[in-house]
Amino acid sequence: MNVLLRRLLGVVPTLAGVVVATFVLTRILPGDPAVFFTSSPSADAATIEAVRQKLGLDQPLWRQFVIYVGALLRGDLGQSITTGQPVLTDLLQRLPASAELTIVAFALAVAVAIPLGVAAALRPGSLVDHLCRLIATAGVSLPTFVTGLLLIYLFYYLAGVAPEPMGRLDPFATAPPRLTGFLLIDALAARNGEVFVSAARQLILPAATMAIFALAPLARMTRAAMIASLGSDFVRTARANGLKWRTIVVTYALRNALLPIITTLGMVFSYMLGANVLVERVFAWPGIGSYALDALIGLDYAPVQGFMLAMAAIFVAINLIVDIAYSIADPRTGLFGHA
Amino acid sequence: MRERLATAAYVLRANPVSLAALALLALLFGAALFGPALAPYDPLATNTSLALRPPSAAHWFGTDQLGRDVFSRVVVATRLDLAIAFAAVALSLAIGAAIGAATGYFGGFADAAVGRVVDVLMAFPLFVLAMAMVAALGNSVSSVVIATAVINLPFYIRLARAETQMRRHLGYVEAARVGGSGHLRILRVFLLPNIAPPLIVQASLNLGWAVLNAAGLSFIGLGVRAPTPEWGIMVAEGAQFIISGRWWLSVFPGLALMIAVFAFNLLGDALRDIVDPRSRT
Repeated sequence: MNVLLRRLLGVVPTLAGVVVATFVLTRILPGDPAVFFTSSPSADAATIEAVRQKLGLDQPLWRQFVIYVGALLRGDLGQSITTGQPVLTDLLQRLPASAELTIVAFALAVAVAIPLGVAAALRPGSLVDHLCRLIATAGVSLPTFVTGLLLIYLFYYLAGVAPEPMGRLDPFATAPPRLTGFLLIDALAARNGEVFVSAARQLILPAATMAIFALAPLARMTRAAMIASLGSDFVRTARANGLKWRTIVVTYALRNALLPIITTLGMVFSYMLGANVLVERVFAWPGIGSYALDALIGLDYAPVQGFMLAMAAIFVAINLIVDIAYSIADPRTGLFGHA
Repeated sequence: MRERLATAAYVLRANPVSLAALALLALLFGAALFGPALAPYDPLATNTSLALRPPSAAHWFGTDQLGRDVFSRVVVATRLDLAIAFAAVALSLAIGAAIGAATGYFGGFADAAVGRVVDVLMAFPLFVLAMAMVAALGNSVSSVVIATAVINLPFYIRLARAETQMRRHLGYVEAARVGGSGHLRILRVFLLPNIAPPLIVQASLNLGWAVLNAAGLSFIGLGVRAPTPEWGIMVAEGAQFIISGRWWLSVFPGLALMIAVFAFNLLGDALRDIVDPRSRT
């Protein structure tokens, strides 16, 4: 457990750096938010000065930073100028939309990519292998926003099976009472099948868009890792000892191929966090990505700051989870002190 | 060198896909070099009486909402999109190699400090960081280049550092030191040429990604501004017409993007096979 603790402590300087970087970056954003806030060209200098004081923009930069860190420690991310709400409230309200999209897409990608990669590795040079390579290359090359638009054209305009790509729910459906913010879960909890179907139908295209993008590196890495581990001595020995083929593939080869796959999983998930912004834009998805983008265009500091902090925190948490998953898959790395 | 060329010829012969990549690259560079001369129409000339026409013999890729020829715009945009990607990758390659090699060679406080900065940069999703940087630097082509270069820096720094650290105590470096070479000369003459191949492979694998990143930034309205012909903007402008079935506005620039990224990725894979045949996947 000692090593795990040290690993946790190692996160602290990184997070501190993240706070500084976010602060500096948002402070050098162009434009004067005070002018924007008063938002009338006729506002005189005194009004603007008053607003600037209220926002703390008249203080020297280091004082602003101290105030900012102090507020951060109290869980206060500031106020959004455009929505007029605390940023934390805004983010928490929109986070489930982004999380639902990302998690469903991630699950979809894993469910397709790992079996595909394993199948390709079992028969190199076969049809499945070529299919795997094709998907891997095409998936990396297609920009997410183009994939999304293509899917909309195919499934909304041509086939007419997908709903209009606007938001999380049919405009005529009423949202279920909010428990978790995940519409699929909330609809199930409210035993409302209709809403569940509606939410799922809205979700499927954006999730597929992100999954296609995430599939490629996963399938490729699974195939490479499986080929390496299938060619190793212990698999040969297992086969010579007449173990069941299934046991050899799943228990011996796949377990040993897991490490590079887990690394790629972490990488893919973090790519998806970034790609979220683009996919949310295409599908008018009301998540934190589109929230931050609107704020960025409106020169609204606080939400951008909050968004970047939230992203970095999620990111660091995922890297931690990857490390922990690593030592579960391979006790030799010893995060839990087995070794 | 001759050995390398022989390997290159072998890789190309053994893998017809690499040959296809070369053909695609030739097409892209042709469009980038001669784009304005090849385009049948002025990419900025509007003609509202011809707006939103589907692809035809006169307008191969159709026309957009202002009656501009989509084919001309896609072809002319090639130069800008490739230039952004190349400039960004060259920048991060040069700066990353210099910083990485220096920290790997000297170690000490600077090494630790750079390592921390790299950790912080890597703690953000790359695209999110690029977004904020372009917004901070102002909407222009040069900020897209800088943002793309900066978010890539960590990879080059880490790679150059690791490769240098591996070599700094090898016999030939010690020999150079005993022979009276200064630190700078050792770095420049003995270490940089040796760590160059993996860095160049990394750069070529990075090119396609840089194209995507720049186009993504323009797509969300950061960076290159309309009416400049640029693939990301064109896809964004066409997006609102796709739900009414006017697919040609977005699909053709999207296809151009895909071809560019595809060609660069294959080029990177082929280069890696030549430089380091063991890492083939």
